[in-house]
Amino acid sequence: MDILSPTNLAFMMQGFWTTILISAASIVLSVILGTVLAMVKSYCTGRLKWLSALATAYIELFRCTPNLLWILIIRFTVQGDATLISILAFTVFTSAVMAEIVRGGLNAVPKGQFEAAHSQGFGFFATMRLVVLPQAFKMIVPALFSQCTTVIKDTSFLKAIDVHEFMRNSSVVMGSARGIEQILVLYGFILLTYFILNFAISLAVRSYQKRAVAV
Amino acid sequence: MDLFDASRWATTLAGMGDLWGGFLFTIEVSLAGLAVALVTGTLLGVMSSTENRALRVISRVYVEFFQNTPLVVQVFLFYSGVPQIFRALGHTGTPVRVAPFVLGVVGVGLYHAAYVSEVIRTGIEAVPKGQMEGAQSQGFSRVQAYRYIILPQTFKIILPPLANQALNLIKNTSVLALVAGGDLMYNADNLVSDSGFLQGYVLCCVMYFVICFPLALLIKWLERRSKQTPKAKPTPAAGVAKEA
Repeated sequence: MDILSPTNLAFMMQGFWTTILISAASIVLSVILGTVLAMVKSYCTGRLKWLSALATAYIELFRCTPNLLWILIIRFTVQGDATLISILAFTVFTSAVMAEIVRGGLNAVPKGQFEAAHSQGFGFFATMRLVVLPQAFKMIVPALFSQCTTVIKDTSFLKAIDVHEFMRNSSVVMGSARGIEQILVLYGFILLTYFILNFAISLAVRSYQKRAVAV
Repeated sequence: MDLFDASRWATTLAGMGDLWGGFLFTIEVSLAGLAVALVTGTLLGVMSSTENRALRVISRVYVEFFQNTPLVVQVFLFYSGVPQIFRALGHTGTPVRVAPFVLGVVGVGLYHAAYVSEVIRTGIEAVPKGQMEGAQSQGFSRVQAYRYIILPQTFKIILPPLANQALNLIKNTSVLALVAGGDLMYNADNLVSDSGFLQGYVLCCVMYFVICFPLALLIKWLERRSKQTPKAKPTPAAGVAKEA
């Protein structure tokens, strides 16, 4: 019984760090891009209305097609480092989801906040940065973090293009597993690793929600 | 540009027969998977709202397990692990292969059941107990109270997130492309590998969009409708937001 030998563990953990790296980079980038998309969709009116329509088209396109499709398309069209390609694919896709989440937050900020900020001489960007966005983000913390969990889980789709992330490296180890016991031990290990990471995130969100209600 | 190359399109369109098969297969897996998710999820959601502690724990463990581990790993486990277990138990001599359809339905069905369960639980908790007491004090029987007072409020709350789960479920059937194949994503990937042209992915994109966009419109409509009458108590999420 040495399917979880130090060599195998080290190999899988290498993949785990790639998973973390890809997830973290994609989440940060897609929150930024998603916020921009959400603001464009919500606030580009009048002569800039076409920009808003463009943002809507972007969001709907990615919302109505699978993540895996974009992983394959970007793999097919972009040359370069596998990790960077993965981050690009996940950013492009997740930005659309993040945009909808941020928009939910923007909509929940009362109109009076805008009017009050304007009356105090704040311009559009100052209003956004200092008044609206902080309130919007406070409201969407649970949804944002639940999306983080989704991104971490979905990086396992990257196995399809052979990126050396946790799922792919674990599958390589799985190839050397002999007998039912080793296979089940290995699956147990893979599931537990993902579970601990994601469960820790959801516990953190829950404690934040409790504090947010208490305040 | 390659994307507008007529001959590449001609080649791709000529070879897209399997794509239609995959298109239908994806729709079938989605419908059956949705049925499994709704039935299992409703059961789990009701279990989590009962007084019975054991039932609540079972439901909780199920939801946490399926929500916090990747669908890809779960499906691989069903595909390669479960047949091994059967073989070890001595039921069959050779390893059984799970049919792609069954794998897809069980995979996305059980995974999304966890999310459906959470939606149902929130829906049940969102209608205050006073509604039932109020209805009964006005002479409604229990059944009538559910029919006219409780369920209409619950449905208004749970339909938008349920439709959203259906949308995610359809997209997640693409996990089959990694394992047993047969679905739209798998056939599109084969087409692109055979021809070497991006066009196959574009067609695949259009086909997924055709399935999912009507559902996305339905979600928008349901969301608008659920906001219209302020009679129902706001969902817990909105409640948190207001108090924060």
